[in-house]
Amino acid sequence: MPMNPIISVQGIHKAFGKNVVLQDISIEIEKQEVVVVIGPSGSGKSTFLRCLNLLESPESGDIRIEGQSLFDKKTKIEEIRAEAGMVFQSFNLFPHKTVLENIMLAPMKVRGQTAEQAKAKALELLAKVGLSDKADAKPSSLSGGQSQRVAIARALAMEPKVMLFDEPTSALDPEMVGEVLAVMKQLAQEGMTMVVVTHEMGFAREVGDRIVFMEQGKIVEIGEPKQLFEAPQHERTKAFLSKVL
Amino acid sequence: MCLVSDFNFHIIEDYFSLFMEGTILTIELSIAGIILGSLLGLAIAFGNMSRRWYLHLPTQGYIHLFRGTPLLLQILIVHFGLVAQVLGRTDAIVAAIVALALNSAAYTAEIFRAGIQSIDKGQTEAALSLGMTRGQAMRHIVLPQAIKRMIPAFGNEFIVLIKDSSLVAIITAPELMYWTRSAAAQYSKVWEPYLFAALVYLVLTYSMSKLLKFVERKM
Repeated sequence: MPMNPIISVQGIHKAFGKNVVLQDISIEIEKQEVVVVIGPSGSGKSTFLRCLNLLESPESGDIRIEGQSLFDKKTKIEEIRAEAGMVFQSFNLFPHKTVLENIMLAPMKVRGQTAEQAKAKALELLAKVGLSDKADAKPSSLSGGQSQRVAIARALAMEPKVMLFDEPTSALDPEMVGEVLAVMKQLAQEGMTMVVVTHEMGFAREVGDRIVFMEQGKIVEIGEPKQLFEAPQHERTKAFLSKVL
Repeated sequence: MCLVSDFNFHIIEDYFSLFMEGTILTIELSIAGIILGSLLGLAIAFGNMSRRWYLHLPTQGYIHLFRGTPLLLQILIVHFGLVAQVLGRTDAIVAAIVALALNSAAYTAEIFRAGIQSIDKGQTEAALSLGMTRGQAMRHIVLPQAIKRMIPAFGNEFIVLIKDSSLVAIITAPELMYWTRSAAAQYSKVWEPYLFAALVYLVLTYSMSKLLKFVERKM
């Protein structure tokens, strides 16, 4: 049993009108754990991820980050979000700012860092994702893979405790998927707590500590990669894996 | 009628200093209308985009009211009604600025709303996910991108406002059109004062469109 989970989700429900997208989702995520969420389109996995930083709000249930409920009136939602970096399928870089400014903005505006502090950190992160030469480029001049690596650096600049990845490679040309997954793999090895929604089964298997299979708004099965991929317990997991593997 | 041989430049010469005073007031009224109208328009746009009915409905009503009635009528109501009531006397320049600003706000509100809503939702989500407040996301991320897209529409609106400011001649605000009509009446002449006024308005609106083209390129 987890001792002191960094994220604890208890029975969350979410519906868009009559369309139920999340039903009774519960999971505890440990520090430094990499949890990969897989499942067919429309299974609710992105919605689940977006609930973790309240970009979507569940109608019932509870989410606790380091023991603090997101629905407590005293909880400042901005502070929670600052601790949970998010990487989007469509990058969402700020097109009117340079790569460097994209990374520096939130540390300065949210954390109150000086321009020098923010710039030093941003350059260090750009080196880490292998894009030092793009510091002064505008996002429109970057390839998809480069954009996503900048987006990862931008999220890391806030020094978050958790990183949330929402299908980070789904909008990329196949030859660029590898460079983004490599950065994510390195992050995992450095001990970052990560929740990753993806269709990259190779990545899930290699980097994930636990795999969550979702379908129709429910968690069908949770297991370690070897167990879930090689000996799935549920028929629906088997049926899904037979289609994607 | 032979236009050129009849053209009496002395009328323009006699009235030149008044034309210039009028032109300066026209510019001042336009700038005041643009600035106040844009600020009010921005506030109305936010109210209009709100999900709260008590912000959405009044601003929606405001936009319908000021776009759906003639500006000339609004000028008369503001001058003889609103300003006279509030100040206890009539003041044509105050009334002109208020009427132009109120009217322009309805149009700029729609420009702001369309511009803000044209920015992808992902931009706001990315800003929020980094810990920014909604206000910070709007100020640092959405508005700078939206305003760039709004510039052509604003250019259009500002040109309309410069031209529409001529309507305040009716309440005797001594701007360009006021002195033009005055010269026309005094000399019983049409072509000289009106064509001269047309030329001045053309210079003003052309300068405005060039200025906004320049700003658009710079952004």
